[in-house]
Parts: sequence; C-alpha cells; structure tokens
Amino acid sequence: MDGNGMPPAPITSIGEPLPMVDGPEKIAGKALYTSDFYDPSALAGAIKRSTVAHARIVSVDTSAAEALPGVHAVITGSETDEGHGVLPISRTELPIAHDKVRYKGEPVAAVAADSIEIAIKACDLIVVEYEELPAYYTAEDALAKDAVDLHDHREGNIERHVEFEIGDVDGGFADADLVHETEYHCAEVCQVQTEPHAAYVEYDGERDELTVRASTQVPYYVHLMLSKILKMPKSKIRVIKPYVGGGFGCRTEALNVEMITAMLARRAKGTVRTVVSREDTFITHRGRQEQTIKIQMGMTKDGRITAVDCKTIQRGGAHSGYGIVTILYAGSMLFAIYDLHNVRYDGKRVLTNTPPCGAFRGHGTVNTRHAFENAMDEMSKKLGLDPFAVRRVNLIPELGFTASDQWINSYGLPECLDIVEKASGWKERIGKLPPGRGLGLGCSHYISGASKPVNWTGEPHATVNLKLDFDGTVVILTGASEIGQGSNTILVQCVAEVLGIDPSRVKVVDADSRVTPKDNGSYSSRVTYMVGNAAIEAANNLKGMLVEAAARKLEVSPEDVECLGEVYRAGTQDEGMTFEEVVMAALEGTGTITAKGNFDTLPESWGGKKYRGAAIGGTMAFSYAAQVVEVTVDPDTADITVDKVWVAHDCGKALNPLTVEGQIQGSVWMGMGQALTEETSYHDGLLISGNMLDYRVPTFVDSPPIEAHIVESNDPHGPFGAKEAGEASLAGFLPALTSAVANAMGVRVHELPVTPDRLLQLLEDKERKMRSAAE
Amino acid sequence: MKSLLSLRVNGRQRDDAVSGNLLLVDYLREVVGLTGTKIGCDGGECGLCTVLVDGKAQHACLTLAGSCDGASVETIESLSDGGRLNAIQRGFHEKLGAQCGFCTPGMVMAAEGLLRTNPDPDEATIRTEMASNICRCTGYVKIIEAVRFAADELKSETEAA
Repeated sequence: MDGNGMPPAPITSIGEPLPMVDGPEKIAGKALYTSDFYDPSALAGAIKRSTVAHARIVSVDTSAAEALPGVHAVITGSETDEGHGVLPISRTELPIAHDKVRYKGEPVAAVAADSIEIAIKACDLIVVEYEELPAYYTAEDALAKDAVDLHDHREGNIERHVEFEIGDVDGGFADADLVHETEYHCAEVCQVQTEPHAAYVEYDGERDELTVRASTQVPYYVHLMLSKILKMPKSKIRVIKPYVGGGFGCRTEALNVEMITAMLARRAKGTVRTVVSREDTFITHRGRQEQTIKIQMGMTKDGRITAVDCKTIQRGGAHSGYGIVTILYAGSMLFAIYDLHNVRYDGKRVLTNTPPCGAFRGHGTVNTRHAFENAMDEMSKKLGLDPFAVRRVNLIPELGFTASDQWINSYGLPECLDIVEKASGWKERIGKLPPGRGLGLGCSHYISGASKPVNWTGEPHATVNLKLDFDGTVVILTGASEIGQGSNTILVQCVAEVLGIDPSRVKVVDADSRVTPKDNGSYSSRVTYMVGNAAIEAANNLKGMLVEAAARKLEVSPEDVECLGEVYRAGTQDEGMTFEEVVMAALEGTGTITAKGNFDTLPESWGGKKYRGAAIGGTMAFSYAAQVVEVTVDPDTADITVDKVWVAHDCGKALNPLTVEGQIQGSVWMGMGQALTEETSYHDGLLISGNMLDYRVPTFVDSPPIEAHIVESNDPHGPFGAKEAGEASLAGFLPALTSAVANAMGVRVHELPVTPDRLLQLLEDKERKMRSAAE
Repeated sequence: MKSLLSLRVNGRQRDDAVSGNLLLVDYLREVVGLTGTKIGCDGGECGLCTVLVDGKAQHACLTLAGSCDGASVETIESLSDGGRLNAIQRGFHEKLGAQCGFCTPGMVMAAEGLLRTNPDPDEATIRTEMASNICRCTGYVKIIEAVRFAADELKSETEAA
C-alpha cells in the first residue's frame, strides 16, 4: 500500500503522450550535433567539385594546393578504387571521382588544412583537366539510341527496368465499364533537413584506427562503407552518431562527406572536421527523383477497379544509389492499399548527369500514388461517383495476402476514410462550396520496415541490450538512430511498459559501434516495429531475471511473484520488495545484468516471388492514411492557399500519441511542400536552386492547420500492436491537393509542383476554349 | 586586422580581439564556444542562428560580430534558469515543438523575442512574426502550440505575481 492506501500498480507508459526523452538537451541548446564538435587541433576539410557534367578526367594537378602553407592533405580519386553504394550489386560510386565525372558538383578532390579559408583556397588551386562527354539532363535524352553510357555496366543508361504482370490485365480492361488513361509528372525534390551534412573524424596514428562522427541515419552502413573504401578492418573503425538534425532519407546511404573526411584524416594523420554548405548539401542530394507516370485504369460503373496498367520513368541521377529499390517500390506499392488483382507495371530507372537521387520519405511510393489517386478521382468524376465511394468499393475485403503476395495483418483504411469524411464535413460541403474553394481526398500507405534487410547476413533484424546495475537504472543500449523521429523515446516506453517502472528510470545510450549492438538503421520506418519488438523481448528477459531474484528472496516460486513495476510481492498482504531491493537481489552472485532481445521478421512477410525483385515491398505491417485538403484559389493570380488538412493515420497502437501526431503533421506538411512549391532546377546540369530561397520550403505563413486523427488497427505482430507512423501520410497530400484544386477551379494540374503559373495557364486555356465554343 | 570587441554574452562581459569580417554566429560558436546556436544555410535563409541582440531577434549569420560592440547578446544557453527550462522551452518540450531539434534554438529565440514585445500573440501573429524561421520536421503546428502554451504560462505567472 502506498501513502494513499492504494495498492501499488505497474506504471503505464504505452499510449502516454510522453514528451521526448532527449527534448531538454535539444531545447536547451546542449545537444551536440556533428558540426558542434570542435577541437583546436582539428583540420578543416573542403571538397573540390566538378564543374562539368560528364567528362573523362585527364589529369588532376594538386601541386599548387599542396604547396600552400597550412595545407596538410590533398586527396584525389586515386585515394581509393573501392566503390560504395547501398545494394551489394551496385556499389560503383566512388567517394571522389576517378576516371570520370558524371554530374556537376561531383567531388574530384579534397583538402584538409589549418582553416576552412585555406582549404577552400587550396581547392581553387587544384587544376583538373577534363575531356568532356555528351551530358544528359533528362531521362528522355539519356535513353536516346545514340546516347553514351554513363556507366559501362549499365547499357543504355538503364539502371533497372522492372516489368511484371499479375493477374489478367487485358481481361480486366475488357470487364471495365470505363477505361481511362492519365499522365502525371513530378518534379525532383530534396529533403532539406535543417542540418547540413557534416563529419568529424579522428585518426589514431598509434593504433591506425578511426573514430568517426557523422550526420547519418544508418551508422552501420557508414561503418561498412568506410571499411570498404579505406580497406581497413571494421574492428579499427568506431562510428558514433551524435544528435542528427533530420534526415528524411538522404542519410540512409553512407555519403561522400563522411568517406572523404575519413580519407583526409588518415592522410593528414589527425582530426578533420568537414561541414558542407547548404548548397553542397543540396548537391549531395539523394532526394526524390523526377518522374513521369502513365496510368491506365479500368473501372466498373460502381467504381470498382478491374485493371491497372502503370508505366513510369524515373530520372535517377548519375549513380545507382537506392535506384533499383526505388523503381521496385514504385511497382510493388501499387498493391496493399486497395483490392487489386490485375496489374501490369513497366518501370524504368534511368541514369542521367544530375546529382544522384535516393530514398526520400515515402520512398518509391509517393509519385506513383499521386498518379493513382488522381486517376481514381478523375474516373469518379466521369462516373458521377463520390471519391469516398470509389475508395470504399475498392477496400481490401479480408486480411491476408495480396495478389502480389504482400502480407496484410491489419487494415485501418476504412476507419481513416470515415474519420476524415466526417471531420471535414465532406458530405455537407462537397459541391456546395463557393467558387474558388474546393475539397480533395487522397489515400496512401507505407511499410513498417522492409522485411528483408539490404545486407543479408543471417543476423536478427534488430538486437537490443539492456544493462541493469546497482543504481537501479535500466540502460537501453541500441544502435537505432534517433534522428528526431523519437526512436529513443519509443524504446524507453516499450521497456518501461514491460517492467511497469517509471520511464524516468530508463535511459538510452545509442548508436556508438563500440558500445551499442549493431542496428540496420533508421530507414523505411523500421525502428518502432523492429527495434521496438527487440526492446520488448529484452525487457521481458530482464523481467524474468528480476522475478526469479524476487522469488528467491521471498522464498516462493517465480510463478507466485507478482510484478507491480516498482514493487514485487508474493501475495496481496505481502509488502513485497522495492525495485531497488529486487535489483540488488538479482545482482547477488552475478553482478551487472545484461539482458538481450532480438527481432526477426517472419518469412510470410518477405514479399513475393512473382517477378524479380518482388521482395521489395514485403513488410510485417502496412500503415494507412486518408486525408482531405481544403483550398482557396485566387481567380486572378491562381495563388493557392491550403486552408486546412484533416488527416487520419492508421499506425496500429499509438505508442506515444504526441509523437505520432508530430510525425503525421510533419509528413502531411512535407507532402504539401512537394505539391505546391518545392522543385530543384538545373541550368545545363548546374544546380541553380541550391538554397532555401530558390528551393521553396513552406514557411509558417504558407502552412495550414493540420488536424491529425489516429486510427489504431492494432497489428498482431507489432510492438503492443504498433505500426509505422512517420511516412504514410505524406503521399496522400499530393493527390488530395490536385483534386481539391480541380474541385475549386474545374481544371486539374498534371505537373508538380502546382505553381500559380501552371494553374493559370490551364485556367486561361479553359477560358479560351469556353469563349471559342460560345462564338 | 583585428579590433577589440567588448560586449555582454548571456549576461557576462567579454573582451575579444576579432577580425572585421567575423560573423556573430561564428564568434559565438567558435570563439565563445556556445554551439547551441546552429547554422542551417549559407546566409539568411533559415533562421536557425537567431539570437537576441539588445533584446531583438536577429540572424547571427547576417550580423558582424564587430557590430555588437557594447551590445548585449543572448543565446539559447541563457534561457534555462538554474538548469530548468523556461516557459517557452517547456512549451517546446511538452507540446513537441522540437523533433530533430536543430532548428529549435533559433526557433525558441525567435519566440522569446516575440513574447518580449508581444506577450499574447494570436496564431496569425505567431505565423507572421516567426516566418523567417524554417522547421522541416513539425509542419509548424506544434511550434505554434508551444508558443501559445508559453504565452499562457507567462500570463498566469504574471497574474500570480
């Protein structure tokens, strides 16, 4: 009994809106990000970049740079002949270009010097002689018959051509009452995480070892790639992830910034700090590719989809990056949201002389989903059906496997639709809004981690260690990368919940390869699901040890011990033992306790085998989202104001409703940027939007209220039923916006972003047509 | 050419010899060692380096250190009182105004500057007054809640006093 006469009870953590455990450090300015590491002895690193888009490198003369006082190391492409990349089959990108450069801005040399001013001056003194080759800035040009290949092993500049047909597509079209074809174009966009890329590398000359700090989402990949390109044993490298200022996918690959800094540190035999500019962060890129999507869709007159034929081309940039995965996701994620049986897909990932694309939030799915949802909206109009009705008639009728063999165990999309329909007042308002105002609907989904890891090693997908010592603090040791999404908070809640203890008793030590278990990193929304499950298993193992220790002290069998979190007791009358007493009992004879938990995905979730690469799209659980966007369009300027967004996201059990809401709002808003203002632009391959004014990230004044609703269709395998919360809500914004604009103005913009120029052009065309029809 | 800069940083008097072209943000981070103030762009685009100069929110990347001679500069490190978050910081913590945290110091300082001149701003005012600060995580929704939370806290503190 406590002081209030209440029996003690385990403390609940799951489902509580707990502020982030690392919030105070960040908010007080104490959190150290990579660029916050300074040392008086550290040298400044700078990268010299190519001024041409496609060329053979004839020579690199570094003599003047080396002669400059204050320069300690100058390196070129000859520093390593080992390539890097995500997939074991496409590790062909060099941290510094050697024989060839393939985009303007590709690193061609690097310098470590006493100051950044000297390093930049030395870069300017390096003379590179190029023999220029034809360069291709569009997928169409790179695919032309006489185009020169960017890479010898990629004939015709095709990184990957994916083709599949599942079901009977022609038969499906024959069964349709309406067959409709439409085309969408999406501009290239960039993550623009607020922290520019940085690396801080210390070389230990005594032991020939490296300690690396880098702004990365996947320290493990950095570790692997450093070992490969430096030809150093993994045991001689330590990778530490400090606080990271966002990622959104651009840091899921090891980047040339950290590799170049490591090579400089080893060459200079010291510490090198490289912080690249915002412009160079844009050029390092790994954003979402420019893409054209053609969709042919068949529907019955009640809106049921009978067949889909999707053809898409992605401009991937100069290197493989995640390209193969992206073009596979664009196909596989046509499935698992609606009840589809007949689907044909033809996707081409094309290599071009532009900065390499990568895995941007909603990886692979966003642009295709945009076209797909728009096609549904266009057809609902033609068929005289309500967009909600069209979604509902296509809902997946029962859980299980899709026609593409993807495994669905929970499906909250129906409830998401109900919620946003009601919250937005859709039924009462659609078709009755004043001119210039409109509503649009979009649905989307995402995976909760890719079921098959990129590096298939036979290890579990995730491992978490817990350390419990005399002080009664439970320390979570995890390699999972906290990058602002709240992974450390979620892990604390999982462990505290299992043990029933106060979450403030649980602390996290994360992402230091010397200390924490290896983790596959923060990408594809895998951490909550996979690392969360591993944390739960570790906590259960720890709880088992504590219960046994309590049983020994209380002289009962473990089954008779009641664990009440901060109190363990053997019967309701028993005062029991405090958590500290149980800990001391557990340490007797054994000392500090380490408990471990693993998580492995189930083979059923590994995706299909119906076409090559079908494993991409396999996941333990899909999350779902629906959103309604309301817009007002100025009839004279075609300026679009997003008045409000109502979004519902099925994330399974919301482990932390506060951080889930934050993730949903952030996703929707990032989708808004892509839909309305964001777009990279190049002039002859030169990035001319490499700053936050020309690349228009929405500001406070451009941003709408976002009303987020949580749907909990608890997943049977998720940690306490949880699924993904941080990606699915992005894609739905794009089609909801174009549909809302179409609803407001009667024209649909098929190119993203929907700028006033593009919309105004369509409005003028429409007016001209109406006028000439009247004459 | 260096000249002597005399100013107060977070209430403490300092005298440093600085180059005429040294930016306030580099002075704070590299000379004083206060790394709470962040750099997110190549100049004047993101607001991450916002600090208060004589009580007014200002981009430290667009301010020469030398121009602050005789001034009082306040950074994020000055706000916590006895190691406790102040009302604005508490708002950011409890309302999840910070996710990755990289824009947060500048965002908090912009809010601090705003609330000192306008202790009770409505949502529209917060949006306009903080428009030069970019956040890429939150969509701003919870930042606005955080600032409103702080305004309400400060109001009840004032009323209690």
